[in-house]
Amino acid sequence: MKFRAKIIDVGCLNHFTRVVNTVSKLSKACVLRLTCDHLFFVLSGKVASGGVSMWCELAQVNFFDEFQLEGVSADANEIFLELAPENLSRALKTAQNARSVKIKLTKKNCPCLTLAAELPSLSGVSRVVTHDIPVDVIPRRLWHDFREPQMPDYDVSIYLPPLKTMKSVVDRMKNLSNYLVMEANLNGEMNLKIETDLVSVTTHFKELGNPPWGEDGSQSTSASHRDSEFMAQTRLDIRKLQQFLTGQQVNPSRAMCNIVHNRILHLIFLHEDVSLQYFIPAVV
Amino acid sequence: MPLSTQSQADIDQYILIASLDNARNLSNILKAISFKDHAIFNATQNGLKVTVEDSKCLQANAFIQADIFQEYTIKEDAVGFQVNLTVLLDCLTIFGASTTPGVCTALRMCYNGYGYPLTLFLEEGGVVTVCKINTQEPEEPIDFDFCSTNVTNKVILQSDSLKEAFSELDMTSEVLQITMSPSHPYFRLSTFGNSGNAHYDYPKDSDMMELFQCTKLQTNRYKISLLKPSTKALALSCKVSVRTDSRGFLSLQYLVRNDDGQICFVEYYCCPDEEVGEE
Repeated sequence: MKFRAKIIDVGCLNHFTRVVNTVSKLSKACVLRLTCDHLFFVLSGKVASGGVSMWCELAQVNFFDEFQLEGVSADANEIFLELAPENLSRALKTAQNARSVKIKLTKKNCPCLTLAAELPSLSGVSRVVTHDIPVDVIPRRLWHDFREPQMPDYDVSIYLPPLKTMKSVVDRMKNLSNYLVMEANLNGEMNLKIETDLVSVTTHFKELGNPPWGEDGSQSTSASHRDSEFMAQTRLDIRKLQQFLTGQQVNPSRAMCNIVHNRILHLIFLHEDVSLQYFIPAVV
Repeated sequence: MPLSTQSQADIDQYILIASLDNARNLSNILKAISFKDHAIFNATQNGLKVTVEDSKCLQANAFIQADIFQEYTIKEDAVGFQVNLTVLLDCLTIFGASTTPGVCTALRMCYNGYGYPLTLFLEEGGVVTVCKINTQEPEEPIDFDFCSTNVTNKVILQSDSLKEAFSELDMTSEVLQITMSPSHPYFRLSTFGNSGNAHYDYPKDSDMMELFQCTKLQTNRYKISLLKPSTKALALSCKVSVRTDSRGFLSLQYLVRNDDGQICFVEYYCCPDEEVGEE
């Protein structure tokens, strides 16, 4: 098993840092899956993490100037590591002005992801800051736990309103209630609702548009059979949604969500070469 | 439900309708009195009066005159109800406390009468939020019986001059002592904290002093914990009138200018903490 990679471009470094920051805001521990072409940050819906799952995918060529990988074997040319993204995020913080950042899988007292940042110096003598981030190498028999989640057979798929507006609405609603109902239809309408003993609040968004999915541009099978006025809804732990809206730093060019009626909310953020998917289960 | 689709029948049911182009004109002034959850609303033809009380010793009133609202319709002489102020403020700022010029939240506030919720329709950038806040039986506000004929001492100050003093108040002191007198020290604020005593004196001919009408030496103490909430009102205001009556009750009246340059008033009444023997 071998992994080494290098970032030189400061734009790439900043972009990578933002992605890692986002991931670290969303999970305390996650799996980093490395393949020859991609990096994936994966959080699979464990009960301990409140059932949310995350799938963040990056194309390595868009970030790294050098990227070498030898997986566990020739027929399984991949590496799965478990790590605390917070550690990676902290290490990258000190590397903000670095001339280059090297990331390497090393064996110290335990397996580590070693991040070496070469910092600029006035004297010409180079300064290198090294962080060793402990990781757990995940054996091959457990890999199937971290496969890409299936796109659920959703009832409604809809573009999200401006995230800033959505975030302030969700922030206020969180002050008022623990649960939020999100509902949407194929008419481009979405509502956020809360209801408590003291107050009921509904925010209506409209003209959001429904993304075309599939080759013929139609919505999924269950969605295409629906009446366009039908509101698919899901009741969520409002903190999970708020955490996602607060933590994300990818500023997506496209943000959308899929709702499986009374089962799950699937959020998808796309930004150039990064895709971030987040699944929040419904609470009954 | 968007504002435009409200049917005439719905509108006819309301006994109170108040609309604002900028919801901040209401939320800002309510923040100035938000130190307890329960707020008593009292609407008359003249406008809206919102009262918040604490420990039967402190009362704050915000007055929003009818002409501040773009639309103000009331079908009865007086309409009273009580709501949770924290909830109301969260609803009014649902689109964020944005201060971007040109972007503001429009508000339409409706009330059907006894037993009905207070309904808010808020709109910003084409997004509509409808809030139904449950109302409660209005409590009778305490009558502090603060009458202008019993006022012994009165000063009007530019708020800036008090802001500094209040922001630096020694919170380890249990009380704030206010001395007003026709002779030196004229107007003095004193605290007695762990690290010593502090006095702020305001000369009566200062530029900051707009009016000085003190007839008699008076020294009273007020619990700092009770006065602390009033700093929210002070921060928003441009002028403040400080008055005490013959019983030592304190009245603080704040003149608040909103985003559109209109004027509203916030008033705090506070009981004295104890009798201090007059010299």
